[in-house]
Amino acid sequence: MLTKRIIPCLDIKDGKTVKGVNFVGLRDAGYPVELAKLYAEQGADELVFLDITATVEKRKTLLELVSKVAAELNIPFTVGGGISSKEDVSALLAAGADKVSINSSAVKNPGLINELAQEFGSQCVVVAIDSRRVDGKHIVHTHGGRTPTELETLSWAREVVARGAGEILLTSMDQDGTKAGFDNELLAQLSAELPVPIIASGGAGIMAHFKDTFTTGKADAALAASIFHFKEIGIPELKHYLQKEGITVRPVS
Amino acid sequence: MKVAIVKYNAGNIRSVTYALQRLGIEPCISDELETLRSADKVIFPGVGEAGTAMAYLEERNLDQLIPTLRQPVLGVCLGLQLMCSHSEESNTPCLGIFDVEVKRFPPREKVPHMGWNRIEQVKGPLFDELSQEAYLYYVHSYYAELSPYTIAQTDYILPYSAALQKNNFFALQAHPEKSGKDGEKILENFLRLK
Repeated sequence: MLTKRIIPCLDIKDGKTVKGVNFVGLRDAGYPVELAKLYAEQGADELVFLDITATVEKRKTLLELVSKVAAELNIPFTVGGGISSKEDVSALLAAGADKVSINSSAVKNPGLINELAQEFGSQCVVVAIDSRRVDGKHIVHTHGGRTPTELETLSWAREVVARGAGEILLTSMDQDGTKAGFDNELLAQLSAELPVPIIASGGAGIMAHFKDTFTTGKADAALAASIFHFKEIGIPELKHYLQKEGITVRPVS
Repeated sequence: MKVAIVKYNAGNIRSVTYALQRLGIEPCISDELETLRSADKVIFPGVGEAGTAMAYLEERNLDQLIPTLRQPVLGVCLGLQLMCSHSEESNTPCLGIFDVEVKRFPPREKVPHMGWNRIEQVKGPLFDELSQEAYLYYVHSYYAELSPYTIAQTDYILPYSAALQKNNFFALQAHPEKSGKDGEKILENFLRLK
């Protein structure tokens, strides 16, 4: 049986891992390659590296870091942040990334999703969607959740899948940093309707939140950053808990 | 030991190279017939689309070479599918090493099959000392049917060939290069084959 995936996210700034509350006020949480290996040993199923300042500062994700991670890591990983062209993706995949995640650039140029899916295959194209409630509606935001668009989250999710996205990383900006749980209502809507895996992100605080997002939220994978970086929840204990709760996860060896 | 990786337009050559390096092997990546023929082991990787990949292999006569190799050969992911007789992906005639049809998953669950799944009913030296609870990492939308060559099964939507073997030809649908310690074990076992 296909397992539910646990995905630590390493937010990268200047080659280091950071995580902030609502993406503001960043705190240092360690070095990416060491942290990545540690997570892999602890039973993480996949990793995501997001160069969170890349879009804002027009920086490209550090290819050098990607190569180092790829050389040392024996599980799949995704790289996102500041990717706006086929050339960017080609360079990241050549450096050893398994998938790329695009966000603002997909909103700005939706045709990029088609191009990437045709060139590299849907399996390596993750579209990240940052969603925030505005007047009771779920609205897509770009640039680290700062800029509202006119797109409604569900209709944008349908469009990115139609264009070839292989996976959706849905971050609830309302929940992100709150530790109050994932936005399971929105996740369940997306997961029920879309034929691709949905990664839940934003709001993980306690182990029960993961169980809830896999059951109520129907998510295929759950992503979190600070609770793992600051050792509030260990991946082995999380997996034991989920197994006990009847959720299929890859056991920690 | 000389390990060659077949160089073609496959997306995971770099990852396979890194995985071998972690096991202390420096592979050579080549599309030259002599280099491939003289290697002790050949790995035939693969991430991509069947039709495009076969066209590339045909242009370089690799479609002729690969089925005639005598040393242990390991196909990975799309590599496994290309070693079969035919793929529904772009209705592509493949290398025909395994007389097996590659089909698209019926859309009863999410496709691609992406993530970690069990490998079961394993047979043969590729799986020596593999944990009973082994999980491997999969990403694919097409699958090889069960056949007399099946040496392991995985169940997603339906049971299918997680691994195939015929004589010196081995193939694995999952990505051993991305499957943690269980994947490393399978690669080690392959490298130990005579």
